[in-house]
Amino acid sequence: MRRLGTLGLASVALFAAIFPVWAEDPQECRVAENIIGTDFPLPHVVKALANKTFDVLVVGAGSSILPGANGARDAYPARLQIALQGKLPGIAVKLATDVKLRRTAAEMVETMPAALAANKPALVVWQTGTVDAMLGIDPDDFSAALNKGVDLAHHAGADIILVNSQYSPRTDSMIALSGYIEDMRWVALQQEIPLLDRFAIMKLWTELGTFDFHAATNKLDIARRVHDCIGRLLADLVVETTRPAKPLPALDER
Amino acid sequence: MPPVSTERDLRLDLFRGLALWLIFLDHIPSNAVSWITIRNYGFSDATEIFVFISGYTAAFVYGRAMREHGFIVSSARVLKRAWQIYVAHVFLFAIYLAEIAYVAQSFDNPLYTEEMGVLNFLRNPDVTILQALLLKFKPVNMDVLPLYIVLLAGFSPILWLLMRRPSLGLLASAVLYALMWKFNWNIAAYPKGVWVFNPFAWQLLFVLGAWCALGGAQRLSRWINSPVTLALALAYLVFAFSIAMTWYFPWLAVYVPHFVSDTIYPIDKTNLDVLRILHFFSLAVVAVWFVPRSWSGLKSRVFWPMIVCGQHSLETFCLGVFLSFAGHFIFTEVSNRIFMQVIVSALGIAIMVAVAWLISWYKSMERKGPGSRPPVAKPGFAGGGA
Repeated sequence: MRRLGTLGLASVALFAAIFPVWAEDPQECRVAENIIGTDFPLPHVVKALANKTFDVLVVGAGSSILPGANGARDAYPARLQIALQGKLPGIAVKLATDVKLRRTAAEMVETMPAALAANKPALVVWQTGTVDAMLGIDPDDFSAALNKGVDLAHHAGADIILVNSQYSPRTDSMIALSGYIEDMRWVALQQEIPLLDRFAIMKLWTELGTFDFHAATNKLDIARRVHDCIGRLLADLVVETTRPAKPLPALDER
Repeated sequence: MPPVSTERDLRLDLFRGLALWLIFLDHIPSNAVSWITIRNYGFSDATEIFVFISGYTAAFVYGRAMREHGFIVSSARVLKRAWQIYVAHVFLFAIYLAEIAYVAQSFDNPLYTEEMGVLNFLRNPDVTILQALLLKFKPVNMDVLPLYIVLLAGFSPILWLLMRRPSLGLLASAVLYALMWKFNWNIAAYPKGVWVFNPFAWQLLFVLGAWCALGGAQRLSRWINSPVTLALALAYLVFAFSIAMTWYFPWLAVYVPHFVSDTIYPIDKTNLDVLRILHFFSLAVVAVWFVPRSWSGLKSRVFWPMIVCGQHSLETFCLGVFLSFAGHFIFTEVSNRIFMQVIVSALGIAIMVAVAWLISWYKSMERKGPGSRPPVAKPGFAGGGA
């Protein structure tokens, strides 16, 4: 929506140079630095990492799922777990999901206490916004539900990362996402929690020609790669955010 | 009743034409050209300009009708206009349905299982179409016309009051706006939620436009033309611009003090946030300062395309909505390269100008034609007029 492709390309190169963690990802996953903010800390995750066990709960709706027999394995929550495990050697990463199609933020808040109690996560990844936009939920109610969910996670001793809607060019003129995306941004800013701006990332991929989201295809290949990237980017966000403030060069690099 | 100047202020048409172009550009999803529109550089957008000017011209045209022919006749005309806009809305809805039905048939992508759920309403068209006719089901970008229908439907009594006690009329509108904030009034939408443009909120700008047309602008002119007001307006525009930049460059957000962000957010479009009204006022003050009524540019060929669009605003608006559907269709079916986006945007505006010109020509022919009625000030969109 608001970013130019050329700027994006330059940022990707710069970004890969600044954040070595990202450079490990397939090139197609890398996105502009300013899209993934690591401004807000994840103290509960830091504590969990120190204790060598890291429980993650993904709460989401339809865009946290892929159809098909291997859907659960290919969707971003499972990819996030694999990416985290790869980046956090020696730490037991467990991941649970509370994911169902067509749920609004308020509906997810209803099941959240039970899921939090059952899994006792250090981190909640909360994907929401699309269904609220499709139903035209009152923006005030949406923001209230977001704040409630964030508070629930915090009270349960977990950090929380918000994930906003997918960029979907074909339905762009039918789902008014922008207001809901903005609400999520304000809530994240006010609650001082990270937000994975999936919409901007996918938008940038379109502009750079990384993925073709216009294609009418019932094949899963693009969907699988997109979910893999989202999982990796989420893992990068977590790892970058919880890394000590000024990391010393590793011993073998000295 | 206050004396009102009878000569049409071409600046109204100019800025309304501009607003129509901007609304068209903003309505094409993912249009790179919409970078240039004002919503990216401050709090308010073209909708404010449009609603205000429509209130102004409605009072200008129907106020004269009310003076000359009385309350009943002018009210009948207002309602006739509201009916025309309703018909235009239903027409646009039919086009929208056609686009949706096409997408539903041709699009299938496992990545978007959730998003495709938006097409589910096609499964029960009986309910959806009925709700659309009741103005409750309003697809994306089709919110402005229902707002106008409601504003016009309730316009006659407030116009009557504004012509007798302008301050009281304006006060009534402000009280309604305040009560809306206090009690969260809005109209329910289908399937859930509320109207995107809350009529209880947006009426304030419409009535304010009407109040200005009925002599308010003259009363304010001493304030509007003072350098102090201009300086305040410019300062506010700079402030809004700086805040807007933090939306695109999040790293700038750290320079915004907490108390500022806590105070200003969220900037509510549905309920016409005060920050948005102030931003619109500031734009208006600056515009009036730099574009005086007697400005020669208003008669020049350069600005004629904008003015002609502003003079036929209902037609141009509807055409703009249709063209934005078509533009989005081209982006998804043909190409969405930047080059294409520029072409589609420019072509869309050219078509809007051409059609507005054609309507002008048609109307002038009708006036000249044998046996035609004498020229009547025909109200444009929400009471504009050629």
